[in-house]
Amino acid sequence: MDPVILFFALGLVAGLARSELRLPPAIYELLSVLLLLTIGLKGGIELAQQPFGGLLPQIIAVMAMGIVIPLMVFPVLRYVGRLDRPNAASIAAHYGSVSVATYAVGIAYLASQDIFYEPRLALFLVLLEMPAIMVGIVLARGISKDTRWGKLAHETFLGKSIVLLMGGLIIGWIAGPVGMEPLEPFFFDLFKGVLALFLLEMGLIAASQFKNLKDHGFFLVVFALLVPVPLAMMGALLGWWMGLSEGGTMLLAVLSGSCSYIAAPAAMRIAVPEASPTLSLTASLGVTFPFNIFVGIPLYLGMAQYLHTL
Amino acid sequence: MDITVKKLVTIITEAALEDNLRNELPGLGATGYTIVNARGRGSRGVRDAGWSTSGNIRVEVVCDPEIAVRIAAHLRDRYYENFAMITYMSDVEVLRAEKF
Repeated sequence: MDPVILFFALGLVAGLARSELRLPPAIYELLSVLLLLTIGLKGGIELAQQPFGGLLPQIIAVMAMGIVIPLMVFPVLRYVGRLDRPNAASIAAHYGSVSVATYAVGIAYLASQDIFYEPRLALFLVLLEMPAIMVGIVLARGISKDTRWGKLAHETFLGKSIVLLMGGLIIGWIAGPVGMEPLEPFFFDLFKGVLALFLLEMGLIAASQFKNLKDHGFFLVVFALLVPVPLAMMGALLGWWMGLSEGGTMLLAVLSGSCSYIAAPAAMRIAVPEASPTLSLTASLGVTFPFNIFVGIPLYLGMAQYLHTL
Repeated sequence: MDITVKKLVTIITEAALEDNLRNELPGLGATGYTIVNARGRGSRGVRDAGWSTSGNIRVEVVCDPEIAVRIAAHLRDRYYENFAMITYMSDVEVLRAEKF
């Protein structure tokens, strides 16, 4: 097992045992900034060496998937789970959007197994963050004049994660591999260490969500455990159909199977205030994120490899 | 010394609302405000600032009584239903009354 996963497990165990352990919030912020920048830079450097050929249709396909996922998840939550409309819409937005930490573990996993993946996956990560949030708001509100779309778009597009990922991509793309060399020790050599510390804190945070699990009933837990797999399957199929490599197919599966716990909660809290933030965070952070880290990532690689034998 | 009595409005609410309040307070007549991070416990459970969505802020505004009432009414109508928020007022004595 990759040691970074063990750091996550340590965080979970320490959190469940009510240890005093806690990273200072500023450190956690810095770690997340480093992760986002590194992922962007990695993608940008590789993109600089490759032609953009055929990128536009793929961009459209990936964004379409970001719109379709919440539309598929919403009826399940609304009619099977009998959640009210705002909550179902909010959770659908979380599951349509993506988790950077899950993606980071995914690329660490591929690197440890020496499996290639396309650098454009970092771009897909950026693209998938936002559409589902917009769809979630429409599902909750309808196309209402009260929603301040301008402000919302500003917040989502200029949110920390998109700015840092896109910024990293562009810097990496402009600087290229040679230009980035002096920064390599800081960003790339330290990547796994940063990820390990980040996951330690994520473990603590995920553990703090567990206490809410019993209040929210059986459905939500089952939903959060089961739904990532078909969603990831959809991503894997799309990746395979687009002609991505095994690694790229697996990462697209990771992206579609993962769910947001930073961008989506912040946007939904303001845009759909009736939705309970505890409900969606418990599902995404307390159940789906650990599931993806421990079970999902190896499973999605298996999925990708199976598709490529067909 | 020239001491004047003003109202201190204190709002304790979710950190998610910081931007909204920053935008709305001047329009309600507040000439300034102070925001600090906070954590605590109330009817919506423990808000321990352990995660970006579970942090609180405390907003303080010193103003005239009419504006204090206007701020409180606005917050009640707009946020009380769906957000963790409390507002309270007290009298404070200030120098340089024209600043508020």
